[in-house]
This record gives sequence, structure tokens and C-alpha cells, in this order.
Amino acid sequence: MTIGSLPLRYKISIDRERCMECERCIDNCSYGVFRREGDRILVDSRKCTACHRCIAMCPRDAITLEECPCDYRSHPLWTRQAREAIYNQANSGKIILSGMGNAQDYPVIFDRLVLDACQVTNPSIDPLREPMEVRTYIGKKPSRIEVMRKENGDVELATTVAPNLQAETPIMIGHMSYGAISLNAQLSMARAVAETGTFMGTGEGGLHSRLYPYQEHMIVQVASGRFGVDIDYLERGSAIEIKIGQGAKPGIGGHLPGEKVCMDVSCTRMIPLGSDAISPAPHHDIYSIEDLAQLVRSLKEATEWKKPVFVKIAAVHNAAAIAAGIARSSADAIVIDGFRGGTGAAPRVFRDHVGIPIEAAVASVDAKLRSQGIRNEVSLIASGGIRESADVAKAIALGADAVYIGTAALVAMGCRVCGSCYRNLCPWGIATQEERLVQRLDPEVASHQVANLIKAWTLELAELMGAAGINSIESLRGNRDRLRGYMLDESLMSVLDVKQVGA
Amino acid sequence: MDGSAIKRALSMMNERGSGEGAGYVAYGAYPEYEDCYALHVFFDNIHETKRTLEAMLEQWGHIVHDERIRTYDQPNLRTVHIPWRYFFKPYAGLMAHSTSPEDDIVSQIVMKINTAHTGALIYSSGKNVGVFKAAGWPEEVADFYRIEDYEGYIWLAHNRYPTNTPGWWGGAHPFNLLDWSVVHNGEITSYGTNRRYIESYGYICTMFTDTEVVAYLMDHLVRKQNLDADLAVRALAPPFWDDIDRMPEKEQDLNRALRLAYGPAMMNGPFAIVVANHEMMVGFTDRIKLRPLVVGEHGDRLYISSEEAAIRAMDPNVERISMPPAGKPIIGRVAR
Ligand code: SF4
Ligand code: SF4
Repeated sequence: MTIGSLPLRYKISIDRERCMECERCIDNCSYGVFRREGDRILVDSRKCTACHRCIAMCPRDAITLEECPCDYRSHPLWTRQAREAIYNQANSGKIILSGMGNAQDYPVIFDRLVLDACQVTNPSIDPLREPMEVRTYIGKKPSRIEVMRKENGDVELATTVAPNLQAETPIMIGHMSYGAISLNAQLSMARAVAETGTFMGTGEGGLHSRLYPYQEHMIVQVASGRFGVDIDYLERGSAIEIKIGQGAKPGIGGHLPGEKVCMDVSCTRMIPLGSDAISPAPHHDIYSIEDLAQLVRSLKEATEWKKPVFVKIAAVHNAAAIAAGIARSSADAIVIDGFRGGTGAAPRVFRDHVGIPIEAAVASVDAKLRSQGIRNEVSLIASGGIRESADVAKAIALGADAVYIGTAALVAMGCRVCGSCYRNLCPWGIATQEERLVQRLDPEVASHQVANLIKAWTLELAELMGAAGINSIESLRGNRDRLRGYMLDESLMSVLDVKQVGA
Repeated sequence: MDGSAIKRALSMMNERGSGEGAGYVAYGAYPEYEDCYALHVFFDNIHETKRTLEAMLEQWGHIVHDERIRTYDQPNLRTVHIPWRYFFKPYAGLMAHSTSPEDDIVSQIVMKINTAHTGALIYSSGKNVGVFKAAGWPEEVADFYRIEDYEGYIWLAHNRYPTNTPGWWGGAHPFNLLDWSVVHNGEITSYGTNRRYIESYGYICTMFTDTEVVAYLMDHLVRKQNLDADLAVRALAPPFWDDIDRMPEKEQDLNRALRLAYGPAMMNGPFAIVVANHEMMVGFTDRIKLRPLVVGEHGDRLYISSEEAAIRAMDPNVERISMPPAGKPIIGRVAR
């Protein structure tokens, strides 16, 4: 007995009255949904991923998409997803892959935190008329300052301050490798961060020579596969990030399918053409915290202690203690990636079930470092599910120095969060290496879109701070008094160390 | 000088208060006990908690003298606490690992007593300094303690319009810890950040108001971090990055390092603050001066106030009146 075909996930219909048979949908759909037969455009809805490319490109607004047009008998436990995963695995016997972030219906903590504003007892500050400081330094901070008083009364600094990245906004772009995404996508973001005075990660795919002009704004990554890593690469970056884990798939390595390893990707990653790039789950030279401290130091030695070294971990249950261990190494910043973080490809079971939300992870890491009196010495970067400027403000109020955005930057370039990134067919030219698809993404245009997004969020952040009577980002950081929990349970509020609304 | 002038000055500014809290601090109040920590305590009653406190003091040191602080009933001032003072000498040897063992013992006792909420509150703990405060109008509080009977070489005073903890004696300014006293006009919007920072160094905020954190920050920056008072104030109200970017290189390095190291201590929101210790008095405002601050000078006397009227009430012949720019500290050092 076969399982037969499953009900359609999406149904595409064309309004025949409106369609002018221009065939743009046929050209644009990389999944082959549309074809022409005679004078009609025909549709194979089963191939659709809801990437919306056809809808965005149709000159006549003739296309509509319906999600789940035919459902199963409803059942609260045996959801559509649960049943389909079983059909799928009964057929394949394999692990199910999926793209983008956690798709499970967990409550979003950010949406249950509200921000504060001033009334009467203190004036709000208008960022259009008064200075408003969002500049953020990422790196090791001195635990105390020594000064020398000179005879003429002048004071001079005697402490040597470790190199810090100077970001003009606390919004940075996280690591998405060349290979996972296209060179045009990386180029667009690189231009955007250079324009807005912030930074982006290279991911674990090496640094393509066309990104060299922006290297001062690039954080190079060293992951367990060590793809693309040599001394030239390390020296080009403004900072180096050791990737231990990723929020979308804590505890496992990465997998770049061979289809995406074209000539250029193979050169940049330093791996054979067309081969799967598989990074192991652990770093095989890091089996304990002291090994990590050693790698941090080795990277610093290699680059003459001129560059900050970050360590990125997935937000897991014990994140606070792990972070405290990292803070004791020579690492300059800790990146915590929450369980909503995006990815090109992750096993569905990891993406949806492993790790903890970034809000709780930041709060507990910040509290742990404070209890040890070392919070201000390292920077804390929060990532994984930052969707808007309010999320940025809340993450900072919970204790982060800065945030990494990922998916949001892709969405700014057109991504529709369809979740099919691992197929190398991204119709928006983002998560693909197919030349004809990559061509669709014009770095000239896309870089403006990404820069606009960063600027807009930064403006909104400044407004939120001004309304709260704060004119410098340092005074928002860890200022949980300016947050209230709305419909959060008491135990979670005690983890976040926020009061409930009305209190 | 005695306390009569500052009482006069403070009463010029009754507009700024609501009759629910006022206070004074005098440096030089106890010359006969100048080597002892003068602990001022509010007892809810003297049956229960006095003995606990005294046991603790005896455990950590030696009470040289103690007495009820003399008060004089005022018609509109309801006496809810009994103010007491102890002249206390800690045994330094009990905290051998510390570089300032006596201060550490006293500040630890203050934190312990004040967080235990047992009906005793230590609101003044420095040497040769005394805080006098209560819930009432400035003149009433002054008369309650007969403030003119005290002599001091630095005086701070404050008139409160409470929004957070009305009527609570502990909530009136000045706030004091060891050598530091603070009066504050405004609201600290960065309180959450400052509190979490200072608490990670063992200070505990107990007074339900944002001002006490300033005393702890000054104590931490000056005593623990060894910063000079002017640099400590600069850490609390630092120059803007744009201004730092334009400074000569060495100055840039210093100011950048200060902000990097002490960013969480930086105070935001509208404020005018005067802090003092036994050798100086420092006034400063927030970085965009959302609260007034006026400075008067007469010979080697320095006056800092929210209003010129108050300065003229103390010294009609004041020589120079000025208004310092935002964030700029006004520092007066005691002439020796
Ligand atoms: S793009 Fe729109 S108008 Fe053109 S063929 Fe497709 S459905 Fe018809
Ligand atoms: S990057 Fe492309 S494939 Fe991936 S979710 Fe976005 S639109 Fe879909």
C-alpha cells in the first residue's frame, strides 16, 4: 500500500481575465511551477515553495497563492506537520532537512516585553535636536583605568586598551557564508555595512577577493571545518570569530550541499569543486574550555594581538556557565545565537527542538557575568530572531552590547522566508550559486536596501532611547528596569529579571 | 560655619519641594570623635533592633560612644523614627585581605543592616560627618535637629518633592555612604544599568530611590578604582563621542578608555548632583543640562545650588555667579 501524494502545500492560481501571457512567471520561477501550452500558462502547484517571485514579477497581479488549500482532518496533536514528517520519513528513511529558523509555534518572548517612556518627572529627549549616541565598541574593556598625572597637571592614560571594533550602530550582520549565499548577496551586505559604519560576518566560507575592499568591515570566521582559513584571511578581517555552535542547530556541524560548490566557492573555501562541504560537529582541537582558550590565543598570536577574537555559541541550557568560561579566556566578545536563528539547511528536529530563546540566554549570561564582576570586560552580541528595532532595544536592555541580524538582512534583499535555501534554487539570487539566478540580485540596488534597513532601525532605536530619556546606548544596556513583562509567567520574569506590567 | 545659613538658603526653594522630605549634611560635625565612624541610625523602635545592631557592631569593632540624636518636637513633623548615633571604631584586623579594611567593615555593616529590613536603617556612616534628615519642610527638619547647633566646613542640603517613596525618612536626601554624601535633583533613567553594575561589586541598593546609587558609584570609582574625583565625575557624565573624536590624541585615548571601562557607571536622564567628601565638593549636571545648576564664589567659599536666590540668601555679597555648561564638573577643594 503506498502513501500516495500528500495534499498540496500551496496552490497557485492564475486569473485568466488578467493574464497577458507574458511568460514572466515562467522565466522567474526556478522551481518550474509554470509552463506554457498553446496560449495558456499552466501551473504545477506541487513544485511551489511560496517564494513569491512570480507574484512579485507578474505585471498584471494575475497570480494568487493559497496556503494549505486542502487540509487534513484537524487534530490538535496530529498536526499537518507531524503527519507529513512521518509520511516523508516512512518513504525516505532519512533525516528531514529544512531551511530558515525555528518553525515551531513557541511564544516569542520579545513580544511579551514592553519598553518604557518618560512622562512628567523627566523629559524625553528629542533625537532630532539633541545628541543621541548609539555608537558601540565591541571588544575587551579594561577592568580599571590607570592614569599618570604629569607635572603640568595634565592627565594621561597609562592603561593599554585592547583593540575594539567601533560600530556606529549596535546592529551588525551575522555570519552567512559565501556558498550558503551568493557573492552578490555578500557584496550587497558588505557595501551596506561599510556605508553605515558597522560590521558583518563572512561565515565559514572564506573571503572572496571581491570583498577585499570592504575587509575593514568584515569579521572573518573560523569554524570546525576551517574552510577558507589561512593567515591572509585572518589578517584581512577586522575581527576573528570562532564558531562553536549555531542557534538553528546546536551541537551539530554544517553542511553545504555539493550543488552549491561551484568553481568560485570551491576556490574561496579551498575545497574540491562540487564536493559537499561538511564541517564536523565539534572542533577537533577543542574538547574542553582550556582548548578554546588556547585557540583564542593562537589566533591572537597569529595576528599579533591586533584583532578582537569573538566566540560564538548556540544558546543552550548551560549558556551562562559556558559564557563565563569564555569570558575568562582572552576572547573579546561572546556571540549567543538563539534557537530562532536562521540557517541555510538544518535537520528539522534540531531547528525546532534544540536550544533556548535568545531573550532568556542573554539575560542569564549577562546576570552570570555580572555576578562574577566581569560583565563589562567582554562584549555580548545577541542573535537569532531579531525582526525589528524594538527587538534590538529589548535585547540591549536585557544585557546585549549589540545584535547580529541575519534573516532580516536577507529579507531586505527580497528573501520571502520560503525556507528552501538548501536547494540552490533561490529565485531571489540570495541562497544560490546558479549564475542566472545570482544575476537577479543587483548589489547596487540591494546594498541600498540593506543600508536603508540598518539606518531605519538605528533611527527607531534612537527614538526609543530618547523617549526613555536616555541619550547613550550604554545606559540602555542591561537596563531591565525599563522593560516590563506582559503575560509572562513569574518564573520566566525572574530569569529575565524584569517586573510585570503595572509594577 | 553653623547650619543657620543653609537653612535659610533651602527655605528659599520651598517651591521645589512638597514638605515630605528635607535634609542636611555637615562635614566637620564631630571634631571630638574625628577618628570614629559616626553612624546615624533610624530605629523604628529601640526595643527590638537596637540590640541586634549593637551586637553586630561589637562583633566588628568597638563602640566609643553612643547617644540619641537630640531632636525638638515640631508641630507638623510626625516623629516616626528614633534617630541614634554611634561613634564606632572597627577592628581593621578582621578584614586583613582588604586595602581599606575599616571602610570595608563599615560599608558591609551598612549593607547588611539596611537590607535586613529589621527596623534599623543606617543613613550616615562617615568620619566627622553627619546627615540630618526627616519627612517635612526644610525649616521644620532644621528646627527638629536644631541644625544651627552644628558646625561644618562643607554643608549640603536638599528639599524633596518625592514621587517614588513619599514621606519615608530614609528616602530624604542627602544620601551618604562612608565619606561620600549626595544630593540630587532629577531622575536617573539609567538607574537599572547603574544598579546592576554597582551591585556586581557587592553594593546593595536599599533605599528604593535612584540617588543612593550615586554615592555608591563615587565610592567605587574613587576608593576601589582609584580614580581622582574629577575623573570619576567624568566617568559618570562623560563627553559625547563626537567631542572626544575632536580632541587631541592623548586626550582622546583617555576619554575613550574612561567610557569603555566605566560605560555602565555613566548616568543618564535629567540631573543636577552635588557630591561631597571630607576634602571636596563636586557639582555636575547631566550631559545636556536638563536640570539647573548655579555656582557662586566669594573668596575661598564655593556655593552650588539649583537657584541663585538660595546662594544670595546665604551670602548677599557673593562675588561671582556663573552657570556651568552641561556635564562640566565644578570642583571645590577644602583649603588647607
Ligand atoms: S507573469 Fe502574470 S501576466 Fe505574465 S504570464 Fe505569468 S501570470 Fe500571466
Ligand atoms: S534566501 Fe531564497 S530560498 Fe532562502 S528563504 Fe529566502 S527566498 Fe527562500
